[in-house]
Formats: sequence, C-alpha cells, structure tokens
Amino acid sequence: MSDLFSKFDPIIAQREGLLATGVTDPFSLVMEKVISPTVAVCNGRETILLGTYNYMGMTFDPDVIAAGKKALDEFGSGTTGSRVLNGTYSPHRDVEEALKEFYAMDHAMVFSTGYQANLGIISTIAGKGDYIILDIDSHASIWDGCKMGDAEVVPFKHNDLEAMEKRLRRIPEGAGKLVILEGVYSMLGDIAPLKEMIAVAKKYGAMVLVDEAHSMGFIGPNGRGVAEEQGCLDDVDFVIGTFSKSVGTVGGFCVSNHPKFEIMRLVCRPYVFTASLPPSVVATAATSVRKLMHAADKRAHLWENSRTLHKGLRDKGFQLGTQEPQSAIISVIMPDLERGAGMWEALLHEGLYVNLARPPATPAGMTLLRCSLCALHSAEQVQTIIGMFERAGVKAGII
Amino acid sequence: MTREATQATILSLIEPFNKKGIAVSDASTFAGDLEFDSLTVMDFVAAIEDEFDIIISMNQQAEIENFGQLVDAVVKLRD
Repeated sequence: MSDLFSKFDPIIAQREGLLATGVTDPFSLVMEKVISPTVAVCNGRETILLGTYNYMGMTFDPDVIAAGKKALDEFGSGTTGSRVLNGTYSPHRDVEEALKEFYAMDHAMVFSTGYQANLGIISTIAGKGDYIILDIDSHASIWDGCKMGDAEVVPFKHNDLEAMEKRLRRIPEGAGKLVILEGVYSMLGDIAPLKEMIAVAKKYGAMVLVDEAHSMGFIGPNGRGVAEEQGCLDDVDFVIGTFSKSVGTVGGFCVSNHPKFEIMRLVCRPYVFTASLPPSVVATAATSVRKLMHAADKRAHLWENSRTLHKGLRDKGFQLGTQEPQSAIISVIMPDLERGAGMWEALLHEGLYVNLARPPATPAGMTLLRCSLCALHSAEQVQTIIGMFERAGVKAGII
Repeated sequence: MTREATQATILSLIEPFNKKGIAVSDASTFAGDLEFDSLTVMDFVAAIEDEFDIIISMNQQAEIENFGQLVDAVVKLRD
C-alpha cells in the first residue's frame, strides 16, 4: 500500500527541523482568555494582539454583543439548514439589508465564510470558455474558486497594469472575461491601483470582481474599500467581503448591482450546499456593519496607528513590505523562516502577538511578520509595540 | 513560423532561466530537469506569451511538462 501521506513528507520534515531548534510552535498558539480586541492571555501572559485583522475592534462592542445574545435567545443556536431551504431567518435577510445600505448597492448575498464567497461567486460566474484574468498574488480562496470552475485561468504579475492589459488584449474575441483584483493584498499590506486597472478591464469589456476583505470598514470615506477611496466603486461589478475582519464575527458576502444577481442564490453551490450562519452571528454582523457606517473617527485613529507603527519600525531599522503605510497591515520582512520564527518567539516573550507568514501564503518565498492594527490600539500601545519590536529585534539578531 | 524556428526561439528564451546551463532536449522537464519554481514559471511563461503574442492559460500549463510539449503547444496556439 502506498501511503497517501508521503506527499506531505517535505513539510513534515521542515516543521520538525524548525521545532528541533527549540522555538515555540508559531502555528499552535492558544489564547486562554481574551480581554479586549487588543489584549489576550497567551501562555499565562497578558499579550498585546497585533495579528488579528480585528481592524475596527468590533468584537467586544456592547451593541454587537447585545444583538447576538438577543438573537440567540429568540432564534436559537443554529439554523441546521441551507439558505435556500430552512436556513433563512429574518436576521439573515436583515444583514443583507445592512450590506446593501453600507455599500449603497442593489443586491447582497451572505455566505458562511469569506472563503466560500470567493469560491462560490468565481466558480459559478466564470464557466467553460470564459477567461479569468487575475493577479498572481491573489488569496487562496480566489485561486480555489478558479480551480473549482471551468474557465481558462490567466494570471499576471502583481499589480502590473501593462501585464494585465497584454493578457486582456490576447483573449479571443467574444469570450467572457472576469478580472479579479484585491483592494489590499494581505501579505505585504499594499493596495492595488484599482482605478487604472479597472479602467483597462472595462476597455476590454471585462466584468470586474474586487475582494475588499482587508479594506472594508476602514479604507474609503464610508469604509467601502479601496475602490471607494479611488473613486471607481461604480465600475466594480462584484465586491467580495468578509465579516471576519472589520465586522468582527464570521461570514462572507458579495454585493453587486447586476440586475440578474439574485439567480446566484439558486446556482451557486457553495451557497446552496452548506448550512447558513447561526442567527446570533448574522445579528452581530448586521449591528456591526451599521455601526461601521458611522465610524469616521475610528478610521482616522486607525490610520494614525498605521502611520506611527510604520514610521517607528522603519526608524528602528526593520525592512517593511511597503515604503509608505497603505493599509492597516504592516509587514516586517524576515531574512528566512528560522530567524523569522526566532523573532516571532522573542516578540511573544515580550508580550506581543503577530502573524508569522511563510510560503506558499507569501509572495516570492518570503517569511513575514505581519502586523495588523486595530482602531482600538491606543497611541500608548503602539509605542509599547515599537519598543517590544526593538528589543526582540536585537535579541533575534534582525536589527 | 516552422516548428524548428519556434523551437529555436523558445530555446533562446529559456537561457536566462536555465541557471545551471542544462542541455535542453524535447524530453527536458521544467520542474525536474530545469528546476523551475512557481515564480520562474510565471516569468518564463510571460516571456513566451509576449514573444509569440499568445496566452498560455494555467489550464494549458498544467498539461505541459517538458520542452517538446511546450514547443508543440506554442505551434498550435500560433495556428
């Protein structure tokens, strides 16, 4: 019998090699207690959270929690059913209304996770004979959506307008075209030149899908994302987003003005063949989404945090993923996985949690310490974080 | 463009990516013999696409393992 697990031997060996150096396993951290959106207890130590995507700090918002408790009492713990059968309760409809208000769009469809939103929409709308043109650094859920569908998949170099245009130009006349972009790319925290790219996509008659998972709630005058910030949201055919970042719970969605959009509810398999979100989850999401419509002050403070941390880390000599802060993600580039894990552990000992990111999630084989800021990090906390980075960086031999 | 001419052009495009100077034949595989990683594949495919003004989709790339198959695919795409 050939062992089907043999294919995992290289990653098993890499993991054993890393743990043999005595470093704490960066991929099995447990939070024993969560004190606030920015502080938890890990290994008995109070730890500042700087790797949660909890951008707007909504997870402990009293109104959000109250809405969840009320729905739990009134609708029970779960729906035990698909959205198209017994799994649509009034809170599911309400959160879709909240999204339509938030984006000022005609249609909103909620999935059980953000991953499923990309998987479902992409694999369903781009079929046999159609072409998907996408950025090579796209999220795994986008790639998996491409793989699940039958369209021809054509990647182009990250954020490269010219490479994208060349590929669009070569697509056979009359073929359906879907261009897939992200507002913020989560590994380096850089944004896309959406205005220019979408203009080119439209010139070639392509439909455009933009994943705004890491910008919703934060970027843009109304928090609608990078496309809103750059003034091109009207040209986006499908916006994909998630409840698991700024909104502070779990779930995914697509909003659109396409007149036939509602048919997706019947033809999109990752929407149909899975149970809907628990009513408490969608109730918390609806409350959070509506509060995010009026969160300009929090957005301003989060930008301040991002600028302060970026400058602070750069001044200490760290190599960062972007020259200027472009989002709430500040990525610190590590020389290799071993030293990255060492630095990660040194930060944890300081009382700071960040994400250790490594290939294949990262571009160009990089190891990154990815920091995601929260609107509820105080200015003092950000200064504390910079001090922790400096001490850990010296200890780990990074600076 | 004949198969021979296409082959010669692709051979010249491989050169900058052929770091170890492997002698390339029709049977040479990209992942195995030439040790192309995913980033190299992306840059190499882009170079071929630009040279011949074609698209080699990921779906088509999955079918191409060696140099001979690539030449055949480009000849077919240029038809």
